[in-house]
Amino acid sequence: MIRGVTVERLGEDALLLRTAVPDDRATLEVVHALAERLADDRPAWLEDIVPAYATLALFVDPGAHVDGDPLEVAERWLAARLEDGLAQPPVATADSARRIVDIPVRYGGEDGPDLDMVAHHCGLSPADVVARHAAGVYIVAMLGFAPGFPYLVGLDPALAMPRRANPRTCVAAGSVGIGGGQTGIYPAAGPGGWQLIGRTDVALFDPARSPPSLLRAGDRLRFVAVRSGMGGTG
Amino acid sequence: MSLEVLGPGLLTTVQDAGRPGWRHAGVGVAGALDGWSLAVANRLVGNAPDAAALEITLAGPTLRLRRAATIALCGATLDADADGVPRPVTLPAGATLRLGGCRDGARTLLAVAGGLAVDAVLGSASTDLRGGFGGQQGRALLRGDVLPLRDDAPPAVTDRVRIAPWWVDPTPDLDLAREAVLRVLRGSDATAPADALSAQPWRVDAASDRQGLRLEGAALAIADRRERVSEPVAPGTVQLPPGGAPIVLLGDAQTHGGYPRIAHVIRADRPRLAQLRPGDAVRFVRCDAATAHALNDAQRVRLARMALAIAARRQRDAASTGWRIG
Repeated sequence: MIRGVTVERLGEDALLLRTAVPDDRATLEVVHALAERLADDRPAWLEDIVPAYATLALFVDPGAHVDGDPLEVAERWLAARLEDGLAQPPVATADSARRIVDIPVRYGGEDGPDLDMVAHHCGLSPADVVARHAAGVYIVAMLGFAPGFPYLVGLDPALAMPRRANPRTCVAAGSVGIGGGQTGIYPAAGPGGWQLIGRTDVALFDPARSPPSLLRAGDRLRFVAVRSGMGGTG
Repeated sequence: MSLEVLGPGLLTTVQDAGRPGWRHAGVGVAGALDGWSLAVANRLVGNAPDAAALEITLAGPTLRLRRAATIALCGATLDADADGVPRPVTLPAGATLRLGGCRDGARTLLAVAGGLAVDAVLGSASTDLRGGFGGQQGRALLRGDVLPLRDDAPPAVTDRVRIAPWWVDPTPDLDLAREAVLRVLRGSDATAPADALSAQPWRVDAASDRQGLRLEGAALAIADRRERVSEPVAPGTVQLPPGGAPIVLLGDAQTHGGYPRIAHVIRADRPRLAQLRPGDAVRFVRCDAATAHALNDAQRVRLARMALAIAARRQRDAASTGWRIG
């Protein structure tokens, strides 16, 4: 057993591996490394491997085993893997070995209608907000909430700002926002309560593409400021 | 070879057994919320149990058939100008199928022999309403939509409505006449007092959709109010937001949630869960994993038996009448 990793059940659907310290970069490293190592010899009944901040869900095909509880089969498999190949704590993949995805962003103006308000709230100039936001190297902790939506870790604490009191009914696709201590990108148009500081033309999710999501958990992400009217990626 | 939408109904979507395997990309499973009725409706018309069908919510659509086709309606009973009981009905080309309000449940599954010709997206024809893909352009049906039917279905030749002289009994797996008592497994985040969920009856709030059912009742106290980080959730998960009114997640559940998970509705009871209407009463009782697994197995066996019985009936119909259903 890996020290500090416990196994729970998520109803009848999945096993939930939980690491000890929530919301910590080191914990994320363990979650991502575990996800990758379990995917290496993934059995057919393992339907999905879903990382979160401090947990990793292993979803099991409920129809895979007709003569036994599929979760018991999964528990036995996992126990053997944890005792055997995973006996040692996973070694975090070095940042330099991780894929870095650059997201060009047009900050401010119509693309980022809340930039001035964020600057005022944080006691910074809009240019400082952009510089600090674009200086970070973020970890894609997981994709969730909506198809292709990245939960990013690594926002400069000076940029934290509460969500809007009244969420917008429609946020444009590609909008980059700040909600509390988090930052993220809305892959598709829809309602949203984050403070919008910019927008990208990069398609984060396209179901016709393979793979459909541009990002995957464990990726590193940088925002690159581009001037309005320069066409984003172009 | 198609179905023309003359009126869309309240929320009619193309759904099959769902889209598992893409949660890591933030894509929920979607799929017919009442998987039992999807399977039975499909079997009645000779389809694979997980073929794409229409999921009707509370008020049905009006559809025109451009060719003769055999259909079946399962789940909530609705007023239909063709018979609405769970048996195959063959309609002639040009027939208009007017489906009214669901009377005893929230959702009716309409299967068409041969299935709807809907391209699979990420392995499924199901509509992902939040992602805006799958099914009919990623949205609910609209007036004027034309849904193609698969051409490999043997065309039913008939000039009048033909109703099979037999039907199937959807109970005990789906019994809409009884009050809903849903069995739940313990949640891993036991923030509310154990059994608090089952200690009182709940009422389904009107602000419920395919993502989740909101429950009304005496608010549950959250013992441990520490801020939580988002964790994986699944259809059936019962969440407890700070207000103390539980939310039961359904097929369009988001992949991750930050609220405490206090329980999980077992798989075998999800068809009944899917049929809850705004204002309905619902109770929860605790269950263990072994019982949940046994109930799930028993449901699967009953579905397999029902499929055999239906196949035998369909063969007999074909032999005795000289016409073929489906």
